[in-house]
Amino acid sequence: MGVLVPDTLDDAIVALGAQPDALVLAGGTDLMVEINEAHRRLTGTETVVVVGRLPELRTWVHDPGAATVRLGAGITYAEVETGPLAALLPALAQAARTVGSPQIRNVATIGGNLATCSPAGDGLPVLAALDAEVELVGPDGRRTLPVGDFMTGVKRTARRPGELITAVTLPVLDGWQGYAKVGVRNAMVIAIAGACLAVDGPTRSVRIALGSVAPTIVRAPAAEAFAAAEVDWDGAAVSGDVSRRFGELAGQAARPIDDHRASAAYRRRAVEVLAARLLHRAFPAEARGSTVGG
Amino acid sequence: MSEHYRLHVNGSSHDVADGWIGESLLYVLRERLGLLGAKGACEQGECGSCSVLVDGDLVCSCLVLAASAVDRPILTIEGLAEPGAPTDVQRAFVDAGGVQCGFCTPGLVMAAHALLDRNPEPTVTEIREQLSGNICRCTGYGRLIAAVQEVAVARGAPRA
Repeated sequence: MGVLVPDTLDDAIVALGAQPDALVLAGGTDLMVEINEAHRRLTGTETVVVVGRLPELRTWVHDPGAATVRLGAGITYAEVETGPLAALLPALAQAARTVGSPQIRNVATIGGNLATCSPAGDGLPVLAALDAEVELVGPDGRRTLPVGDFMTGVKRTARRPGELITAVTLPVLDGWQGYAKVGVRNAMVIAIAGACLAVDGPTRSVRIALGSVAPTIVRAPAAEAFAAAEVDWDGAAVSGDVSRRFGELAGQAARPIDDHRASAAYRRRAVEVLAARLLHRAFPAEARGSTVGG
Repeated sequence: MSEHYRLHVNGSSHDVADGWIGESLLYVLRERLGLLGAKGACEQGECGSCSVLVDGDLVCSCLVLAASAVDRPILTIEGLAEPGAPTDVQRAFVDAGGVQCGFCTPGLVMAAHALLDRNPEPTVTEIREQLSGNICRCTGYGRLIAAVQEVAVARGAPRA
């Protein structure tokens, strides 16, 4: 019982194995809000395992041969926002810049964003668009699974009791990638709609993932196939008609709801516009002087 | 079960006994250690009034589980300067009219120090972005941005 601050990953795994229902605390920006607002009522008998500063989770590795980056789950948004990680993972850096405020980004982690699994988590559309692999370690050992399988519902994941998210591995793609979102101001805002588009030049493929418009992040396979076929790959160009149709197809993958932040209709329209704009940013040759997406 | 741990605040060590497991650093600073500079308002990381430095990083103390901050240096507004000897940022806030009701001031002063220590020559956009987690309902922010610019110049940055 109580607050445990293990020094090593092994100690943390042992602690979680002994208390599989323990609360896992990384940056605290989600859990502490729940505690402060008494959405999560602690009785005092809980165990909290503090993992945000475990050295094993605070490292990242770029493997140029495999063209991947393995991010420890304790890497913060501040760390991916600038510097070498921003150069390797530009869409994640863009998404990071829209997360909360500097105070939030200094502590909020990639692993925490995954663990909370809010449909509005800003890092998640990027992980989904890039087909990230989530690594978990538990009493039975290590396993990895695609982020699309990891996210199972609104704030629900495939993490088993006693498991800890330890890392996420992302491909370093050769092509434009970006993140865009709609909210009521530029800072400190939860996404009403968000989208990540990533181009893989060598395979001439386009990936688009949508946030805040379904119980979890969704990909839009019909939009992706349409873009792959209709983009002018040699000219790095896309027509207004193609980007508009791409937006419509992306919107059809959305399953938005009405809530206090926005209506379902607004959210669907917002992701249509975001997807169309992102496609034009990815293939800008014909974008000059034309307006896109309404 | 009650928590018993030790926090390092403003260069000295403080025992915290009989704490409730879910207490935030903000709560412990104010209610147990008597440090009333960090202000509690939203308690969800939106307003920045409770900003302090932990390990040199600007954080919302309302979102830090107090018992998780053991063995980490914590700097609050009280530890920035001695009474009567304000820092350059504090003086610039006063000179620019950036202190009105004063509620947001401790958090904004901490944010301004953190910004200038990391980026001695910030652009206006960078100042706005770095202060975007601190809400002020009095000043309209113009005076605060001017104050940060004045400090940057006084510390040697070219005037923008």
